Amino acid sequence: MSVSEPTLASPEAQFQAPQFQLPEEPFVVIEASRKWVPFNFRDLWNYRELLYFLIWRDVKIRYKQTLLGATWAIIQPLLTMLIFTLIFSKVAGIESNGIPYPVFAYAALLPWTFFSNAITTSGNSIVGSAHLITKVYFPRLIIPVTGVCAGLVDLAVAFPMLVVLMFYYRIGVTVNLLLLPPLIILTTLLAIAVGMWLSAINVKYRDVKFAIPFIVQIWMYLSPVAYPSSVMPAKWRLLYSLNPFAGIIEGYRAALFGLAFDWTSLTISLVITLGFLAYSSHEFRKMEKNFADII
Amino acid sequence: MKPIIKVTNVGKQYRIGVRQEPYSTIREALSGAVRAPFRHLRRNGPAREKFWALKGIDFEVQPGELLGVIGRNGAGKSTLLKILARITEPTTGRVELYGRLGSLLEVGTGFHPELTGRENIYLNGSILGMRRHEIDRKFDEIVAFSEVEKFLDTPVKHYSSGMYVRLAFAVAAHLEPEILVVDEVLAVGDVAFQRKCLGKMEDVSRHGRTVLFVSHNMQAIRSLCSKAIWLKEGELHSVGESSAIVESYLQATFRRDDVRALDQIIASLPPDPNFKLRQVSLEQDGRPFTMVMSSRPLDVVIHFSVLKETEGLHVYVELLDSEDTLLLQSINNGDAEELPSVKEGDYVCRVTFPAEFLAPRRYEISVKAGIANVRSCLPEPIQIPFEVQASGKVNQAYPGYITPGKLAPLLDWKTEFSPRTQTSSTI
Repeated sequence: MSVSEPTLASPEAQFQAPQFQLPEEPFVVIEASRKWVPFNFRDLWNYRELLYFLIWRDVKIRYKQTLLGATWAIIQPLLTMLIFTLIFSKVAGIESNGIPYPVFAYAALLPWTFFSNAITTSGNSIVGSAHLITKVYFPRLIIPVTGVCAGLVDLAVAFPMLVVLMFYYRIGVTVNLLLLPPLIILTTLLAIAVGMWLSAINVKYRDVKFAIPFIVQIWMYLSPVAYPSSVMPAKWRLLYSLNPFAGIIEGYRAALFGLAFDWTSLTISLVITLGFLAYSSHEFRKMEKNFADII
Repeated sequence: MKPIIKVTNVGKQYRIGVRQEPYSTIREALSGAVRAPFRHLRRNGPAREKFWALKGIDFEVQPGELLGVIGRNGAGKSTLLKILARITEPTTGRVELYGRLGSLLEVGTGFHPELTGRENIYLNGSILGMRRHEIDRKFDEIVAFSEVEKFLDTPVKHYSSGMYVRLAFAVAAHLEPEILVVDEVLAVGDVAFQRKCLGKMEDVSRHGRTVLFVSHNMQAIRSLCSKAIWLKEGELHSVGESSAIVESYLQATFRRDDVRALDQIIASLPPDPNFKLRQVSLEQDGRPFTMVMSSRPLDVVIHFSVLKETEGLHVYVELLDSEDTLLLQSINNGDAEELPSVKEGDYVCRVTFPAEFLAPRRYEISVKAGIANVRSCLPEPIQIPFEVQASGKVNQAYPGYITPGKLAPLLDWKTEFSPRTQTSSTI
């Protein structure tokens, strides 16, 4: 920095013509928002790099200063699978539709571990980012989405274990496997819908923080993770499939093991997921304007 | 000219009770959860208090202008900046921004301790709204500015606080929005670093960009900003040329309590058979002050009574710095060749320190009285602390410079200059 030139006091220096043209229309208008807040897709698009950097940060720091590192992503579903095999298969003798129980359980634990970690991280994400929310503007939606997307890396890490198990039990893949990517997208969307809704409520009511582990636990028992949904009596089947995760998990099994898809429950899952996504993003937009004031 | 920022009737209302501190401990979190249902009830109850943190704010900023925002704590400065930065929404009114706005309400927003310096540059840059290619382009410049090249691949949790702040400011300083909003960033770091920051801000506006600057450093506002706005209790008190606004702001914040306390000390002095001190005050432009402008003469006014004619009675005025170093002493009748005989009666003495003499720092005026070679007439000197604010011409190396000298008289410099010839250019 050169401090010698006495430019400051001179008015020419202060009112030098700007080096850009002022636009005719304001770049940004700030006003109190009305009841209905439409989605600002342009804004989200402009901040896509921030989303990328935040996901990258979460992935980078996730296993910092741990001994086992990313192995945790495998240990979690693997140990749960072993315990399930012991209790549900050996002790309780639960059916697994002709698929060896360990691989049957692991195929469900994979999306479940991703989903439960995603909604936990995402649900606490806005409150955990108070230091950003109160200091700088960006579309707040990025925060819960980051929490979900960073979990996808864990899913990718734990996936090869499934391949090993399928190879071990000699389960061949079929054309059904093509449906796996859409199923992963659907799981991600559902996790975003739930996570974003919880994260917004969490700002106002910290009760959410205590409710999340509870929700996760109950939701797992209500989903066909440890058992096949065929154990449900037929008259309860429709009610059961109102849990969007039920159809999704059976979808994963059908895609991986070449079983028949249950299109009814998959359609219900899709409709409920999209509906919930629309609802929770609307709720989020409504609440986000107060985040900085009450966080 | 068309303004780049147009603020119309902006107001922000908060509900007291909704604003709460973030939970920081498990205990608080638990008690918070227990209280939660009651909080809910209370909020729906009738006693919902509201207050306006900002009300009816109107102003415009021209492109390339450096606008200072001043006001006491709680006057709404931060709320205004948060509205402009789109962190919080106004309750009423409208703001139009004709350019990209970058906000710098804190340095190092989003820094992660586990990430290295290099990684944090990218992360922090993108949080502040920089594009990746923009960061790539300025990376070397940022690193050079921060002076942490050697530790670029060390996690920032191992940085000293100075290095941390330097790196954080380096990223922020390379933001290139058309409008930059800055809040008290200068409160961090050492003097050399503050100097660098101020220089950078000056640089930014010289490149035609607009800066909104909130600070309690009146000297920085005065020397950097051409215009200033003064917020008072959420309302716009005045707008205008920065040095005028700063002066009237400082005058208004004069601390009455100090004067009252001083009067009490004087009233409770033990009686002396010869001398009675009635009042001591500091005045500028005939008005009492404890906040003093360096550009005006400062009067120390001493009211006293002599109860009987006394030979060798003197009143002393001393100037001390904040470390109690005596800087000068001046004596009433000190120029008399023999001991003066002071007659019975009431006196008012006014001793004047010239303008452009005191430095912007804390001082203390000490008033003493005594009979030469006999005794002191006051058990202890009367001491009045005060602070000088730079105004008008000041001795400075750059804007915001704080002179290390105890006094800052504007001395006369006579400089002889001869242009360098080719033969003498080998120096």
